Amino acid sequence: MKQSIKNAIEVQNVTKVYGVGENSVTALKDANLTINDNEFFTLLGPSGCGKTTLLRLIAGFEDITKGDLKLFGKEIVNLPPNKRPINTVFQHYALFPHLNVFENVAFGLRRLGKNRSEIEQKTNYVLKLVQMEEFSKRRPNQLSGGQQQRVALARALAPEPKVLLLDEPLSALDLKLRQAMRIELKTLQRETGITFVFVTHDQEEALTMSDRIAVISEGEIQQIGEPNSIYENPANQFVANFIGEANLLKGICKKIGKNGLCKLNSGHEISLEIPSLIKVNDPITIFIRPERIKINKSSSSKIKSFISQFTYLGNAAHLEVESNNQKINITLPIDKVKNFKNADEVTLEFPKNHARVINQ
Amino acid sequence: MFRKNKFRHVWDFPGFSGWTAIFFGFLYVPIFVLVCYSFNSSSYAMIWTGFSFRWYEKLFFNDDILQAAYNSLIIAITAAPMATAIATISALVIVRGGGFRGKEFSSGLITLPLMVPEIVTAVATLIFFATLGINLGLINVIIAHTVFCIPFAYMPIKAALEAMDPNLELAARDLYSDKNSAFRYITLPLLTPGILSGFMLAFVISVDDFIITLMVAGGGSTTLPVYIYSMVKMGVTPEVNAVSSLLLAFSIIFVTGYWFLNKKSS
Amino acid sequence: MNIQGENKSRNIVLGLTPLWLVIGIFMIGPLLIMAGVSVMEPNVYGGVYFKFDLSGYRQILFDTNLFDEMEFNPAYVIIILRSFVLAVSATIISLIIGFPAAYFISRQPDNVKNILIFLVTIPFWTNLLVRTFAWIIILGKGGVIESSFSFFGLLNEDDSLNLMYTNFAILIGLVYSYLPLMVLPIFSSLEKLDVRLLEAASDLYSSRMEIIRRVIIPLTLPGIIGGSILVFVPCLGAFIAPDLLGGGKKLLLGSLIQFQFSTARNWPFGAAVAMFLLSLVVIVLVINARINSKHEDLQKHV
Repeated sequence: MKQSIKNAIEVQNVTKVYGVGENSVTALKDANLTINDNEFFTLLGPSGCGKTTLLRLIAGFEDITKGDLKLFGKEIVNLPPNKRPINTVFQHYALFPHLNVFENVAFGLRRLGKNRSEIEQKTNYVLKLVQMEEFSKRRPNQLSGGQQQRVALARALAPEPKVLLLDEPLSALDLKLRQAMRIELKTLQRETGITFVFVTHDQEEALTMSDRIAVISEGEIQQIGEPNSIYENPANQFVANFIGEANLLKGICKKIGKNGLCKLNSGHEISLEIPSLIKVNDPITIFIRPERIKINKSSSSKIKSFISQFTYLGNAAHLEVESNNQKINITLPIDKVKNFKNADEVTLEFPKNHARVINQ
Repeated sequence: MFRKNKFRHVWDFPGFSGWTAIFFGFLYVPIFVLVCYSFNSSSYAMIWTGFSFRWYEKLFFNDDILQAAYNSLIIAITAAPMATAIATISALVIVRGGGFRGKEFSSGLITLPLMVPEIVTAVATLIFFATLGINLGLINVIIAHTVFCIPFAYMPIKAALEAMDPNLELAARDLYSDKNSAFRYITLPLLTPGILSGFMLAFVISVDDFIITLMVAGGGSTTLPVYIYSMVKMGVTPEVNAVSSLLLAFSIIFVTGYWFLNKKSS
Repeated sequence: MNIQGENKSRNIVLGLTPLWLVIGIFMIGPLLIMAGVSVMEPNVYGGVYFKFDLSGYRQILFDTNLFDEMEFNPAYVIIILRSFVLAVSATIISLIIGFPAAYFISRQPDNVKNILIFLVTIPFWTNLLVRTFAWIIILGKGGVIESSFSFFGLLNEDDSLNLMYTNFAILIGLVYSYLPLMVLPIFSSLEKLDVRLLEAASDLYSSRMEIIRRVIIPLTLPGIIGGSILVFVPCLGAFIAPDLLGGGKKLLLGSLIQFQFSTARNWPFGAAVAMFLLSLVVIVLVINARINSKHEDLQKHV
């Protein structure tokens, strides 16, 4: 029987340390993850978190300090980059400035020793795929940023790698082009069926394109999961803050269990599930997304809450509500924007199934 | 009536433009005078009597000058490529080798010939060859020139390497090039303008070098600058002006070529 | 960058071996041998006897008189002082001539700037001997200056201004030789100077002179120091300018050394003077390195 999901890449206990002795820096600590075949997998994290290091380890540009790396079940740790059927789209493209577009794209095929007609046919095919066939005689410096991006993509796709690594390929493009390229990349991945490993610090990019995301911080993988599960169920406060906006509200546990209760420092009481590891009267932190909090106008509530800052965003509004000196962020949908203004007194409601206790 | 525009930008200092003109005048008038006098028909270098090519013509029948020019050329053609080769490998290792031990030492070693006063290098090399009894004629001079030219060849090569995106080599490795073909197809072609620049500078420095050659060269290995020196010592003649002008023209053409090469590659 | 599975250190050693060998044998080797020669007994026909003797160094300060007694001889001290004074003067004059020019060039649009800077570098790459020799035509008896003076009736036919073979002529020659080396580093630090800082200074009530003194000069100090060293060091050991324009009468350190090997044939003395010159240069470079590292510290904190 054929296995439906194959493991494209297995990263097992991988550690990378730069330098030796006192000056050494651990860029990646004991990383474990498995990337499936045909998957659009994203490594997401702030700059310097180790995501690019992991990508470069997979590509073979750096030597692994400790751990194992498997490509479709085969050990690749000791292979130099030219022996790995993996190609990279570099952050600033790294197009060869002395070669024209065609020669750039054909470079890998030539090194693989393919015959002329095959090189020509494949090169033209991928150039067509990225809509750059008219530019094949141009030099990289005669192309716009977006065009260079396409050529870099074509160059990496031409040798038909088993895995394509993309190192922040959209970061040098302007917003409009970036948004268009997101869709294009996603489509390209689906059509070619190649496993994409995509590195970015842009959470929106990660959420819109990926099948699964690994959130990395300070050299450690914080969470791996599908975009919606990471957004809805962040594993810790870092993930909650890094992806989207989050309220992390401090309070005291009043009751544990499926119908637990927490009294927030702001004075509100939230009923939610509280795991039994926590004891009554323990201080806890509650996570809830700003768009999940319900807000109503009122002047007669027990807990005095008022809008301390109202920011109009065009398609929504952002509110900062103050109660008991605690600040709570709320995102207001467009149809409710008109009902509120600065200094309004309000009441807040925390829906049970959208709030949860979150670890440090 | 227009209001007289009295606005002057903060960074625009009065008098600096005129000063700069004087500065360039100071740099170029002597060269200009020298070249002018080389076309003087008078036998007395200082007195202008009329325009003539005769001193240039005379050069071509002066066997000593031709021999000296030939020596200069042979030395530069041998020393400059050797200096460039050493400079190229050293630059590759120093720029691309990461933070290895002895890196500071090696780059210090390269610039040593620039730090030590030329006259000291010259007499030290003279003592060295004399003490060890190495007397190989032109080869002595070639060795001395190679050493002295290394830092000049090194500078543009190092600059070109530092300007090159190291990801280009990684991209080549990623696209199935082994170490050698990545070097052959990517690094070397991209470095060629830098290497050529380095070679040209080394060549000019070798042809122009005077003090080291004066001390190191024996009887049969006189170079053009050393020959000019001995002519000047005997008295300024229009012939010296002519051969000096040719030497100037040679350097200027070479350096201009180097400049265009650099401009194109950047 | 260390690609997986590749041994780098062997390549580093292999790649640097030619450099180490060539510079080691033909640069450091000669300097060491010269240091050795400086403490040996001179052979009157050139060369040395392999016998330890400090007479080379002693000779810089003392002479031996008829009675075999040591007597202070100021001749070489004067040469050392002259070299020093001329080198310092040449550096200051180069700075005065070069700084405004470097500033003006740095404020030009890119294409003009590139051409002007190229014009500054050309003389540097042309033959120093030839360029210095051109000054003989200008300063010499019946040369450009004297003939224009007599053309305007300021000088009698047979009189001479006696410009040649003076300290003044040497000074002109030195400044002319090394002026580009002053301008280039100053230019590169001026190029990095943010014009908005000048506007800010002006906005905060500085006059033009104050802007130069309080903003431009402090910020371009590394370039000024760098340029000054590049001029000062070769001036100290200059040979061509004193030889051609000083007529070999006004010796400087450089021409004194050369003279010991070409004419006087006193190798230990020549080597000793060369060692003296070398140590002066090393001191200057060490001081410079100190200043530079301090300046870097300063910039790190900004």
